[in-house]
Amino acid sequence: MTPLSHYLILSAILFAIGTAGVFMRRNLITILLSIEIMLNAVNLTFVAFGRYLGTVNGQIIVTFVMTVAAAEAAVGLAIVVALYRHRESLNPDTFTALKW
Amino acid sequence: MLFYVFAAIAVVSSALVIGQRNPIHSVLLLIASFGAISGLYVQLDAPFLAVIQIIVYAGAIMVLFLYVVMLLNAPREDAAEWDRLHPLQQPGAARYGSVLAVLLVVQLGWALSRTLGVQEAVGARADGTVVSSVRTLGRTLFTEYLFAFEATSILILVAMVGAVLLARREEP
Repeated sequence: MTPLSHYLILSAILFAIGTAGVFMRRNLITILLSIEIMLNAVNLTFVAFGRYLGTVNGQIIVTFVMTVAAAEAAVGLAIVVALYRHRESLNPDTFTALKW
Repeated sequence: MLFYVFAAIAVVSSALVIGQRNPIHSVLLLIASFGAISGLYVQLDAPFLAVIQIIVYAGAIMVLFLYVVMLLNAPREDAAEWDRLHPLQQPGAARYGSVLAVLLVVQLGWALSRTLGVQEAVGARADGTVVSSVRTLGRTLFTEYLFAFEATSILILVAMVGAVLLARREEP
């Protein structure tokens, strides 16, 4: 059987990849995809700990996280569509109207 | 052993997601990553979540992303000049930043591999019958977590209204 620490290390690596994507990419859609990678890394931690402790609560929290991820994707993509109509660009550096 | 296959697929395809210039390739690679994570859920005795991962994540959310990518018709990152201006793309910053990121992952891995308790196999403490049962999952969801479940339904409703309102074309 795989030790729990391997699942946690895999989750840490995936979360780091997602964070790097958010900071490095210049495309709003790819940034949203990186957020999805981070949410999945956290889900993996929840399921692994739930299995380790023999409780079902980890899986239930994962279903809630998936619901929130779906809502976030819908609203985020709607915002991306609205922004693209205004500026014809997906680069987050374009949207500086609120910048001092 | 299957764990390492799925883990390698997940890590490699996630790394390629943020390495691609083309958003459509990114979305398709992310679907591969989600498929690998679904395989990990099967390994963890969570068959219901594995199916939900495929249906909801790879099926619904990623199709939504793909649809928006195709709708906007902005296939490539118009990034050449922005990349040169971006602080992370300056040679020194990129070097130190990636070194720090690798250092963080190594540190986390070292700490986790040294911690006692997490060295046990994932199924060591409990028999899998309780966890993998969809009946238990549903019963707990609709008794203990009923309020949170109903709150998520309101959240979905709000998100739906918000998405329609935000993406609506403004009438003159």
